[in-house]
Amino acid sequence: MNHFPEAWGRPRDDVYGAYNSSYLQTNGPKAHTSSPAVTGTSVVGVKFNGGVALATDNLASYGSLARFTDVKRLRSFGDKAVVGFGGDVSDMQYIDRLLESIDIRENYSTHGNMLNAKNLHTYLAKVFYKRRSEFNPLWNHVLVAGFDGEGEPFLSSADLLGTTFSAPHLATGFGAHLAVPILRRVFPDEKPIEEISRDQAVAALKECLKVLFYRDARSLDKYSIAVITKEGIDLKEDEQLEGQSWAFAERIKGYGAQTN
Amino acid sequence: MTSIGTGYDLSNSVFSPDGRNFQVEYAVKAVENGGTAIGIRCKDGVVLAVEKIITSKLLKPGANKRIATVDRHVGIVSAGLVPDGRHFVSRARDEASSWRGVYKGPIPTSALANRLGGYVQAYTLYSSVRPFGVTSIVGGWDSEADLAVDGQVGTGPKSGSGGKVEGAQAGGPGLYMIEPSGLYWGYYGAATGKGRQAAKAELEKLDLTSGNLSLADGVKEAARIIYVAHEDSKDKEFELEMSWISSIDGPTKGRHEEVPKDIREEAEKFARRALEGEDEDEEDKGPGEQMEE
Repeated sequence: MNHFPEAWGRPRDDVYGAYNSSYLQTNGPKAHTSSPAVTGTSVVGVKFNGGVALATDNLASYGSLARFTDVKRLRSFGDKAVVGFGGDVSDMQYIDRLLESIDIRENYSTHGNMLNAKNLHTYLAKVFYKRRSEFNPLWNHVLVAGFDGEGEPFLSSADLLGTTFSAPHLATGFGAHLAVPILRRVFPDEKPIEEISRDQAVAALKECLKVLFYRDARSLDKYSIAVITKEGIDLKEDEQLEGQSWAFAERIKGYGAQTN
Repeated sequence: MTSIGTGYDLSNSVFSPDGRNFQVEYAVKAVENGGTAIGIRCKDGVVLAVEKIITSKLLKPGANKRIATVDRHVGIVSAGLVPDGRHFVSRARDEASSWRGVYKGPIPTSALANRLGGYVQAYTLYSSVRPFGVTSIVGGWDSEADLAVDGQVGTGPKSGSGGKVEGAQAGGPGLYMIEPSGLYWGYYGAATGKGRQAAKAELEKLDLTSGNLSLADGVKEAARIIYVAHEDSKDKEFELEMSWISSIDGPTKGRHEEVPKDIREEAEKFARRALEGEDEDEEDKGPGEQMEE
């Protein structure tokens, strides 16, 4: 038996000669978004005593071009949660509008929007999983920060495949390689979240963003930072990395004045 | 209605020889039996209020809301058949969300009233449907601030080509009332339901056209007007339900919300005191003068 489906029902090559395959449909299955276009890089997040802090830079790259430099990649959901987006910016906009419509619908009830960060994370992960199962993924890796149903600080990630992962500190994209080791050193496993202050968390995030700006060529020194506590969301969207030192670059081949 | 019984009231969308649509007029009758609903357009916001007649002691106080939110910045209150009002609100929400789908921003109150007017009017055109048994008051606040497009990630140039126009004025309060015929007008103050005559008379006294009434005073007046309008059906108990939409700098930041309990109770106290004052005046006048009123 011939195991190639495209040959089934057609004249046999060994009897009638080679079939003119130009009559055959040549395109494969319908492939929608199979690569991102305008992208954001890392998102970094840390839990601390009484809340969660989340940070991203303000860059949207078009390939290797630093195309948009005032892009807000931290999106708040009502006054309950913040989502930090890495990956495709237009898919981020789609998800942001989706979350806006959910917030509007939730507010129709007498109790207002009761969805917490944990509910939001579950929902987003299911949206990602549904879309990747349709071979039409939303090309993002997100961190969701806020509080869970018990009022405990919540931080979790979801990616374009629908994979979820939780940890006291998390990072997406390049940050997963460069920021997480720093955060693990500053906040080791045996140190409980209750011992981490808000200031320490914010300082650690700034340090991570600085290292990312040094080493990630798709990053920027302008950044946004959100601190979510019981009092609400403190979102700053126009921050500048301070205390940069590029002295180390002198010794790196290709950076400094060396010619060979 | 001398033409009743001539057969022209049996089917919707059929004109009588003297140019009336009886089914629509009957729908208006259904509205006239509903609890009084009013809306006041103030200079820095809009107030909606409704007299909710308590039909059973077994109903939970404060539950079964009659004023609904559409999008974030619009509220709708109706008098008449409650289920028709709910369907009307559901349509309004769909319209607001489809507007967002196209224009990536909140629907202006005027555009929402227009679409709803068109929707209600369609129910006067076919024999297979009946007209809406509600008159609805739509109140909203169109943002005066420069709104971001939904999902916007950055901002454009600060000035120059494609930049912002300095000092441009936009937005403000909106108040519309839509009747079973689909007719809608914009109002300074709107009233419908059983006590609409008394309520309208009170609204006219407020001098709303000059645009001086503040939202805080509007809330008190709205409560008082509902109490005045209730005078004719005093034997029935009622609950006052009120909502408001303020400007961006106001208490609700441009959103439609229920009036907080303390402010509502304060307004109700004011309303009761105002009514007691009126009663005393009438007693002073003596019975003869009261007959003339």
